[in-house]
Amino acid sequence: MIKKALGFTFALAALPFMANADDIQVAVASNFTAPVQALAPGFEKATGHTLVASFGATGQFYAQIKNGAPFQVFLAADDSTPAKLESEGEIAPGSRFTYAIGKLALWSPKDDYVDEKGDVLKQNTFAHLSIANPKTAPYGLAATQTLEKLGLTEMLKGKIVEGTNITQAFQFVSSGNAELGFVALSQIFKDGQVTEGAAWMVPEDMYDPIRQDAVILKGAANDAAAKAFVDYLKTPEAAKIIESFGYTLE
Amino acid sequence: MPLTSADFAAIRLTLELATVTTLILLVIGTPIAWWLSRTQSWFKGPVGAIVALPLVLPPTVIGFYLLVAMGPNGFVGQFTESLGLGRLPFSFAGLVVGSVIYSLPFVVQPLQNAFDAIGPRPLEAAATLRASPLDCFFTVVLPLAKPGFITASILGFAHTVGEFGVVLMIGGNIPEKTRVVSVQIFDHVEAMEYAQAHWLAGGMVVFSFVVLLALYASRRRTTWS
Amino acid sequence: MIEANFFLGWDAFDLAVELRLPGSGVTALFGPSGSGKTTLLRCIAGLEARSQGQLTVNGERWQDSASGLFVPPHKRPIGYVFQDANLFPHLTVAKNLAYGQKRVDARERRIAQDHAIELLGITHLLERMPNRLSGGERQRVGIARALLTSPRLLLMDEPLAALDYKRKMEILPYLERLHDELDIPILYVSHAPDEVVRLADHLVLMESGRAIASGETSETLARTDLPLALSEDAGVLIKGRVTGHDAAYGLLSVAFDHGQTLRLAHPPRAIGEPLRIRVQARDVSLSLERPTGSSVLNIIPARVMTVAETDNPAHRLVRLDVAGTALLARITRYSLEQLGLCRDMQVWAQIKSVALLG
Repeated sequence: MIKKALGFTFALAALPFMANADDIQVAVASNFTAPVQALAPGFEKATGHTLVASFGATGQFYAQIKNGAPFQVFLAADDSTPAKLESEGEIAPGSRFTYAIGKLALWSPKDDYVDEKGDVLKQNTFAHLSIANPKTAPYGLAATQTLEKLGLTEMLKGKIVEGTNITQAFQFVSSGNAELGFVALSQIFKDGQVTEGAAWMVPEDMYDPIRQDAVILKGAANDAAAKAFVDYLKTPEAAKIIESFGYTLE
Repeated sequence: MPLTSADFAAIRLTLELATVTTLILLVIGTPIAWWLSRTQSWFKGPVGAIVALPLVLPPTVIGFYLLVAMGPNGFVGQFTESLGLGRLPFSFAGLVVGSVIYSLPFVVQPLQNAFDAIGPRPLEAAATLRASPLDCFFTVVLPLAKPGFITASILGFAHTVGEFGVVLMIGGNIPEKTRVVSVQIFDHVEAMEYAQAHWLAGGMVVFSFVVLLALYASRRRTTWS
Repeated sequence: MIEANFFLGWDAFDLAVELRLPGSGVTALFGPSGSGKTTLLRCIAGLEARSQGQLTVNGERWQDSASGLFVPPHKRPIGYVFQDANLFPHLTVAKNLAYGQKRVDARERRIAQDHAIELLGITHLLERMPNRLSGGERQRVGIARALLTSPRLLLMDEPLAALDYKRKMEILPYLERLHDELDIPILYVSHAPDEVVRLADHLVLMESGRAIASGETSETLARTDLPLALSEDAGVLIKGRVTGHDAAYGLLSVAFDHGQTLRLAHPPRAIGEPLRIRVQARDVSLSLERPTGSSVLNIIPARVMTVAETDNPAHRLVRLDVAGTALLARITRYSLEQLGLCRDMQVWAQIKSVALLG
């Protein structure tokens, strides 16, 4: 059974459970929540270790890691944060790799509201377009790059609402407060199809690839369980699960 | 100082939000506190508990319910739309509504304590001196409750300035509309802009300290002389 | 005329009174604490919204629960003096005084501000805050504040109870001046006999939420069937007039009703001035023959009316008639039997001391 810690606020509360050497404490970017939950049973069955996942924002995990948070593995939502940790000597040398490449989607829970080409953006009939904070969230950056490519930045400026992270951007849309928004495909995609509403899969040439890198942190450099988890992520079995959530792999 | 114009816009917006919220809270909190202080009704307990709820609920819970309620399928959202006001999330008005709910107990409770402390006797004196209940409220209760109003205003204002979770949930982080200081700090931390985060966060610490200092100073001067 | 019928039930106490009180002069509501005096006063002021009953004050109906009439307190033309003054702590004395006055229509103001301030001797206090006043000063301000609403009925709730003897003596003269100078009926709650005999024209005795007696003060005090007579403090009130002063011995002569004269050591007073004299039962002794060679100044003939028990089984209370004026004597049961006292016997009353009240 996976010990889930839902949301970053619960990460600290989970610390007392880490005493067991077989537990592995993983910091997971919130967009990768569902895949990790799907990956956990297979990993635990294959290795006997227990996965304790904390979900949250990448920037926040960075600040926590810099200040001694006892994570063993970090699955970031971008590649720059792990790279920064690497250059600062915070990770086990050579452990950084891309575990998934995120895909951006323009989505609305209403059927047919979003067309297959994203022309709804140009029609400009909505009040709010939700995106993740482009300063801190890679999906937010990708969203602004897309709007830039489409030449809609100026026109839609007043309609953009920002979620702190991609989860909140999704919430704004799913609660109906924004009619549509740029979300991670993984949030609306399961078993190879969009689960609800309508989406436009943004072509990958409209934004820089959202490479999500994983690292083993310095303190866990010799930790067998951490190594086992990273190795598991690279197995074909894991790749199949990750892809089923709308990510691609290198 | 590394603060940008966006930071100053956030500070200005925060002060505006706290001022508007505090004024509204004084207007609606005063009758609520007065009723709670005077009533013997069975409803006193439940109403008092509802007013105090924001003290114990995580702001994210309040924010989440507000987001749902003020959305197109929520009763508040349908009400505001039927009035032609549009919807409240992602607007300054929406933040004011959220802040009023979030800071309500911080205004109502000091007022209620002040009204309780006055007791029935000055009211009886006023009544025997021909003052109607409303007259008495303005000429006796309000002046006697002045320390309570000062405390309520300071706490309501400061608590709104410190608000984060609710704004995060319903604000949408729109510059000059809903991006307040606490959210701006969060963004800076997220973006690893620690120098700016320090300036804003340090400013909040100093602000809160000064506010509490003023509060304790005002409490020492509550006797009439 | 004040007609007050009230019922008010609490958990451990209930008030049930039916009273007809004079519409002028001072009426004392007298009784031990917890007897319902203050509650009755609050009912009359309209401060007890739960009370049931009727209240008519000099022809005006203020409350009639049967027809749902309840004039709220701020619409009743009363003045209320609280036990501890209850001044507004945030207002100066002057503003406390003005608070009620300015809420009364100018045409209905019958008491001038200067007069009230002078009457109560508070001119020098006007700019002070209440917490800078002594208890006596606060109480005088409270009385002036109530007067300045030009009330048609003044309600005073133990205005002297919180004060020590010296302060009491400081205020009593002011209350007597109120009585003498202003034509306002006053209901005065007290549990102090000396205040009652000094001020009251009419006396209501309260016990356990009931009015057990109501009548003219000197008559009521002389009744031996009331708990008032049981105590060491029992005594009568005699109203008389100054008839002369013996300058050589410093003795004042005071005559009452039918020509009997009492003498007491006192500075001279104007001839004909009305005075109240209190004679306590324990200061009166009886003998069958006129005593001679006694140092007692006042020895007067009297007739035995009734004999009653007291709170002490060794004592008896004898009610006497002195040419139409009642006198009480508290003597031992032993003496009563030795003298063989019975109704209509002629005796001599020796009055060891008399107190002049104002």
